[in-house]
Amino acid sequence: MIKRNWDLYLLVLPVILYFLIFKYYPMYGVQIAFKDFIAVEGIWGSQWIGFDHFVRFFESFYFERLLSNTIGLSLYNLAIGFPIPIILALLINEIRIKKAKSFVQTVTYAPHFLSTVVVVGMLFLLLSPTGIVNQFLSLFGISETSFMTQPEWFKTTYVFSGVWQQMGWSSIIYLAALAGIDPQLHEAAKIDGASRLRRIWHVNLPGIRSTIIILLILQTGSIVSVGFEKVFLMQNQLNMEASDVIATHIYRTGIAGAQYSYSAAIGLFESVINFILLVIVNYTAKKTSQTSLW
Amino acid sequence: MFGIGVYIIIGLITLIVLYPLVYVLSASFSDPGAVLRGELWLFPIDPTLDSYSRVFQNEDIWTGFRNTFLYTTLGTALNLGLSIMIAYPLSRRDFYGRSLLTIFLVFTMFFSGGMVPTYLLVRDLGMLNTIWAVIVPGAVSVYNVIIIRTFFQNIPNELRESADLDGCSNIQYLLKILLPLSKPVIAVMILFYGVSQWNAFFDALIYLTNRDLFPLQLFLREMLIQGQLSDMVQVSDSTLDAHALTVEGIKYAVVIVASLPMLILYPFLQRFFVKGVMIGSIKG
Repeated sequence: MIKRNWDLYLLVLPVILYFLIFKYYPMYGVQIAFKDFIAVEGIWGSQWIGFDHFVRFFESFYFERLLSNTIGLSLYNLAIGFPIPIILALLINEIRIKKAKSFVQTVTYAPHFLSTVVVVGMLFLLLSPTGIVNQFLSLFGISETSFMTQPEWFKTTYVFSGVWQQMGWSSIIYLAALAGIDPQLHEAAKIDGASRLRRIWHVNLPGIRSTIIILLILQTGSIVSVGFEKVFLMQNQLNMEASDVIATHIYRTGIAGAQYSYSAAIGLFESVINFILLVIVNYTAKKTSQTSLW
Repeated sequence: MFGIGVYIIIGLITLIVLYPLVYVLSASFSDPGAVLRGELWLFPIDPTLDSYSRVFQNEDIWTGFRNTFLYTTLGTALNLGLSIMIAYPLSRRDFYGRSLLTIFLVFTMFFSGGMVPTYLLVRDLGMLNTIWAVIVPGAVSVYNVIIIRTFFQNIPNELRESADLDGCSNIQYLLKILLPLSKPVIAVMILFYGVSQWNAFFDALIYLTNRDLFPLQLFLREMLIQGQLSDMVQVSDSTLDAHALTVEGIKYAVVIVASLPMLILYPFLQRFFVKGVMIGSIKG
């Protein structure tokens, strides 16, 4: 069989090489987290120093702030950003006028295609002290708020702008699952006298349950590495207290500050926590609902 | 009753999503002074193309557009080529080792070496400040590979068997029969990869220091975000001098210009991307 398909092996070879070089080699390179990395010595030649970098990180002034910001932002984002697309999909599914349905979909999918830079740029424009949001609030006598520079507003701005940008797009997958529900179930429920609300609760929701669980597992798997690019763009000296997360700290110390070993250690810490969370959530989902990633 | 409730909520959601987009569009055509004074609510005030002409006079914008266009076309071609090269064998039941290979790929979705080891690798390969640093490190998305594989798997195997009998090799079958039948998924992949290349900025931020190579998004970041803080201090001092006004107007126009290609293509692409997510989701 291998002989007969030799050309297929030739075809995958470059891609396997790509993965070995660009995905697996950096995993091998992670050992610099346990070394005192000196560029001229290379990864292999540098001296082993054990867990020193990790200890330094755990004892650093930033550790608590980074951990609580990272986890706080992820959980907030999950709590708001996860259920809203489900609700939106259930609502869109109830629209009976075809034109209205496609209009709503066209509009809500659109922001997904804007770049993160543009979205954050829009946030700065619209939420600035002279921006439209503050002008609107001033109609009600609410005084100017500098949303983008006050730490207490950072998480809310981050989460709700994310909802604005992604809720339509994220709802597509649930709409697909809803379209796959057997119409006979609805017919049967109707004959039994179930209202539309009851049918959503007893037919639609159970129908998309496994999709919901799979997506929930995937999202909790990356709970520690929150949407780094957007946090990075929204971050400034004034909101640092609330916006500094593990990933931005790695960028600052590692790439910008050239402390390679130290920031590799922080990165490894992040990956390991992500992985453990993924395994736990997947295990729980498997036990409780027979749905899992593997 | 229930029906009306649904329409009201959906109407509100649509309005919330639509309004900021319309506002930015209107603001880009308005007199910046009027925008800052809070006179603009929906329709442009004193319509003018001033801000746009300033944006197009900016050399950075042109450099950015040119580079982004190059990165997007080259990058998407590479993304698509490599993805098909791996997805096709994975879709074949008679390809020995496919489950092992799948694990090899999927593992990288959940565990990675991280930012710093990847940076060191790119540096050691001598790719800093080259276009390769922007298009190569993220060349294959495992998620997209799975979508393509699933699509290939749904094409009847009998087709391959009969082609096989006629003496068609695997590669010939891929190029002459499978790919022409896979136009929908290919269109979707061009869209997905193309959009992410167009919008990407982080690799460029890390790996590029030469401004001549900067993609559009990096220039946008300078104009929209980095300049913002100092401007905000200036403007809230209520010193609405001419310079601050011009800068403010340009920002709205820049948002529109940067999103223009997407805005123009959007109506044509819509049927593709919905299909794409469906292909990907139903049989993950």
